[in-house]
Amino acid sequence: MRLRTFLAALTVPALALGAAACSSGTSTSGAGGAGTSGATPATLTYWASNQGTSLDNDKQVLTPVLDAFTKQTGVKVNLEVIGWNDLQTRIQTAIASGSGPDVLNIGNTWASSLQASGAFLPYDAAAMTAIGGKDKFVKAALDTGGMAGKDVTSVPLYGLAYGLYYNKAMFKAAGLNPPTTWEDMVTAAKKLTDPAKKQYGFALAAGSYTENVHFAFINGSQDGGSWFDTSGKPTFTSDENVKGVMRYLDLMQTDKVVNPSNAQYDNGTKAVNDFATNKVAMILNQNNADNSIVSNGMKTSDYGVVPFPSPTGGTKIATFIAGINLSIMKNTKNKDAALKFVNFMTSPATQKTLGKPFSSLPVLQGETPVFTDNAEEAKTFQDIYANMSKPLPLVAAEDQFESTVGKAMNSMFAKIATGGTISSEDVKSGLKDAQDQVSAATGS
Amino acid sequence: MLPYVLLAPAVVMELLIHIIPMFVGIWMSFVRLTKFFLANWSEAPWAGLGNYRLAVDVNSSIGRGLLMSFGVTLAFSICALALSWGLGMAAAIALQQPFRGRGVVRTLFLVPYALPAYAGILTWNFMLQRDTGLVNHVLADNLHLITDRPFWLLGGNAFASIVTVAVWRLWPFAFLTIMAGLQSIPTELYEAASVDGANNWRQWRSITLPSLRPVNLVLVLVLFLWTFSDFNTPYVLFGTAQPPAGDLISFHIYNASFLTWNFGSGAAMSVLLLLFLLVVTAAYLLITNRRSRRA
Repeated sequence: MRLRTFLAALTVPALALGAAACSSGTSTSGAGGAGTSGATPATLTYWASNQGTSLDNDKQVLTPVLDAFTKQTGVKVNLEVIGWNDLQTRIQTAIASGSGPDVLNIGNTWASSLQASGAFLPYDAAAMTAIGGKDKFVKAALDTGGMAGKDVTSVPLYGLAYGLYYNKAMFKAAGLNPPTTWEDMVTAAKKLTDPAKKQYGFALAAGSYTENVHFAFINGSQDGGSWFDTSGKPTFTSDENVKGVMRYLDLMQTDKVVNPSNAQYDNGTKAVNDFATNKVAMILNQNNADNSIVSNGMKTSDYGVVPFPSPTGGTKIATFIAGINLSIMKNTKNKDAALKFVNFMTSPATQKTLGKPFSSLPVLQGETPVFTDNAEEAKTFQDIYANMSKPLPLVAAEDQFESTVGKAMNSMFAKIATGGTISSEDVKSGLKDAQDQVSAATGS
Repeated sequence: MLPYVLLAPAVVMELLIHIIPMFVGIWMSFVRLTKFFLANWSEAPWAGLGNYRLAVDVNSSIGRGLLMSFGVTLAFSICALALSWGLGMAAAIALQQPFRGRGVVRTLFLVPYALPAYAGILTWNFMLQRDTGLVNHVLADNLHLITDRPFWLLGGNAFASIVTVAVWRLWPFAFLTIMAGLQSIPTELYEAASVDGANNWRQWRSITLPSLRPVNLVLVLVLFLWTFSDFNTPYVLFGTAQPPAGDLISFHIYNASFLTWNFGSGAAMSVLLLLFLLVVTAAYLLITNRRSRRA
């Protein structure tokens, strides 16, 4: 009997210990506060976004680069690659729980929103110097790092821009030139659409809220709309925005140059696959589509890229300043190592190494793109990035704009695909609902 | 002393896993927990009933969305519950008589319950795709029943799809429970009824159903609670593109808080859901208890 009591008494602390071990198992790093002294080599946890053709591909590309960093500095890096559908939620959870990575990738459009959470380390003067100085970055790219007038909490890592990819052979067979206006683009798309042969002018990622919101923004901007006023209040329902969104939806609804099935395309890869297998003549994609296109068997000489055209008389905006930024969690126990790592990732050598496999535009001053062997394409993308771009709103509610407007676009495409019709009024009320949600969350 | 020591681990775990998170959730519903306070929860300002007012204001798009989601979820729960129970009952009775291969059939029936939920639902997601899915392939290409391929995961069909998937996952549980209940009914009752000339239907109504009453009471309640707060099925089946017809309430609340980083509002909706389920459960137990006492 006494033995049993004794055993039971042992069990309780053992269980309690087990519980404690579970709850603390995910702290920032195994090295437990090393890094400042240099006695034990620090270990960084790095969350990378999905830039290559798959999560595994990202791992393969990044591992040798991270090994080189370890060799150089003695700092070990634990890598985790996270898909786009999960990244935002994972970051939120990391912020709320206070236990996450040391260094992480973010979509640069979230920079201001995440800055507002106060969880990221501001790159103040000292930190900026530690990573090589702010002058090494392209200014427009660095500007996406946070709200104007504050120390940025993220620095650019990979630069991206949208382009209109077209299939050269299909255009030639139909006697068409690459379009320079929206109207030309629609005419060409109609000519290249033949539902009987399952061929369409366009493939759109019409079920992906991130892709959809980008084009709500770009099309709205082409018509002169803006999504937030100067005080940061949402202005989603302006006539210009409604017009721009309607024009984009009409590619499926009235122009019928998009297969209704695209309403289920919840990521850009599916549209890219259709393009690379000659099922569609045109896609809208960021320059990192190159890898997926080529890995699907198309040669870089088989397709051309032109800026996404505006309607006649519209503002010539073909992209937002897209890209991936690099942030450090404020509660990292390895600040020095983290800064070293950011410096390493944004060094010209690393940028060159990663520019090709991840098809990114240079974010450093004076560098030339290495993502394609097609000089014309490289030039087009650099021109779009430098001259035809507009940053997404640098306001705290930007991420909410993305999710709410993106989801509204998803359901409008779904309604069109299932045989319903969407009028300007419907667009307006969809955008109104999105705006109400953003207002409720920000209290504006 | 010993009983308390032995109980202690369970109590600690219960507190850690159930009670404390529940109270944190209730606290969250009274504060404006947005991204500005995400890194430092304790500084979130008090919101009073503000989050609740927003959730129940059916004139605003947020309240309207929640109400519609509630309606969809109620319809979904009733359909999934009725179909799961019906299928489970039918299968349990069919397998009551011994025959060759009964064990194999029983095992087969339990497969959906044994499969990891994600794997099963993801497979349904593939099968229900419009262009590449098995369902449309069979209906259009093999059987030629339809010419125009419908969307199963968008628009109104999404409701039928999600009910089907939920029933597929749940009915084995109903089957298992009813089957276990059937074993406790003495066969003499059926023999006596046969001698008295009662047909199968009469036997089912007058012997099987009343004998299974205690089992059914629990089964129906559990199935309702599970379906009403089902998160996995819509989350995996629809991904980020959930259609209004499949907008179940748990998933709706998840979107309301995670998409807009408005965790206070999401918590308020969760508390409302908790209250609703409590009221339903209490009413159900009260009514059924009273009836059984009368009987």
